[in-house]
Amino acid sequence: MSALERKLNAGQFVVTAEMPVIDGGGKAEILRQLEPMQAYVDAFNATDNPSAHAHCAPLAVAIALREAGVEPVMQLVCRDRNRLALEADLVGASMHGIENICCLTGDDVTAGDEPEARRVFDVDGVQLVSIARSLQAGRYLSGRALSPPPHFLVGAVENPGAPPFDYRVRRAATKALAGARFLQLQLCYRTELLERFMHEAHDAGLTERIAMIPSICILRTVGGMRFVATRVPGIDVPATTVARVEQAADAEAECFELAYELAAHALAQPGVAGLHFISFRKDAGIAKLCRRLGIAPRIERETNEHSASVARR
Amino acid sequence: MTPASSLHRVVAKAEHLVKKPLWGCQMCGQCVLHSTGMTCPMTCPKTLRNGPCGGVRANGNCEVKPEMRCVWLKAVERSERLPLWRDHIDQLRPPVDNGLRGTSSWLNLISGRDKQVPAGWAADHDVGA
Repeated sequence: MSALERKLNAGQFVVTAEMPVIDGGGKAEILRQLEPMQAYVDAFNATDNPSAHAHCAPLAVAIALREAGVEPVMQLVCRDRNRLALEADLVGASMHGIENICCLTGDDVTAGDEPEARRVFDVDGVQLVSIARSLQAGRYLSGRALSPPPHFLVGAVENPGAPPFDYRVRRAATKALAGARFLQLQLCYRTELLERFMHEAHDAGLTERIAMIPSICILRTVGGMRFVATRVPGIDVPATTVARVEQAADAEAECFELAYELAAHALAQPGVAGLHFISFRKDAGIAKLCRRLGIAPRIERETNEHSASVARR
Repeated sequence: MTPASSLHRVVAKAEHLVKKPLWGCQMCGQCVLHSTGMTCPMTCPKTLRNGPCGGVRANGNCEVKPEMRCVWLKAVERSERLPLWRDHIDQLRPPVDNGLRGTSSWLNLISGRDKQVPAGWAADHDVGA
């Protein structure tokens, strides 16, 4: 069982973070990227061609993350692989001891820099969750036996900030039904929508069944803010938020302040199991934000939880 | 009646003639229109069978085709207006059987062929954590 699964089972607060995309530089590059945030993060997402741009494969990055001594969450999107390839990657991940899986439908090819590519979508994100669960039960989708069966902590994503707003919690419930144990929520700059989603999920008892992990992005520049506001599918940024960063004397400081406010707001929602950080800063933005939010370093949280569980006996 | 038989081909043609103009039918051969508010999920550019993706625009339009309203937004709205099958929209639909493409979903419904799922598909969703 992965440490992330153990922590979620025990109801401990978790911090996950996006591993920046890797295009080369070998394992030294992995270590360089990890260094500033490693102390605070429980598990790192090895992303799968984010925004439909090709990068180093998530399975390869996840293996490298394990070798670097940290826990990976391997993302799999349905845009680039059919069901055979997805099953092969899942079984391959298990062979390398990678258990945390995050299943996504994925941005369309038109969001990327090779829009002429063929989109696959042989299965959708919900079906992929269910396929991962079938593998755990010891069978490929065909029914062919898989022995010994792999063990996964299967998760997915949901976007509280995209229409139809009154359907998003029901869709999250379908993912839980399919076997997802955590949901990393898409960046949400409209706080009232995250609030609505978390309250509805909490009132429906869904947060008891599936760990909700809102995402927070630490941007750095006006250009970055504009990119997120205009180019990332499914993210709606209020014009006032963009203007706030544009008009700031120090855009980087303002971006950090904005990330802090969004994170503090997310933490105040009912049923939040952790936070997922995405940072485009080259420095220790995630560590700094955790400190400001009062989130202790990973080792400290693990030790405290350990002593707390010993004390409870 | 096999999909290759001439009668099957005639029925498939007739089905397409009716369903293409009405619902933009793509002849997947395993129709779920009644579960999705009489909105064909195969007209979604990602051919998603289980609800909207996370890329829906703030105005409710499609991530891929900005001028088109999200197919799943329509499906959710319309399913609530249906006299029957209203809760079907939350059902977990299995992956598309690509072998049925171009065949008649009407005949596949009668024969039960459209209900066949791969043996490993966790229909009960109770396979242990």
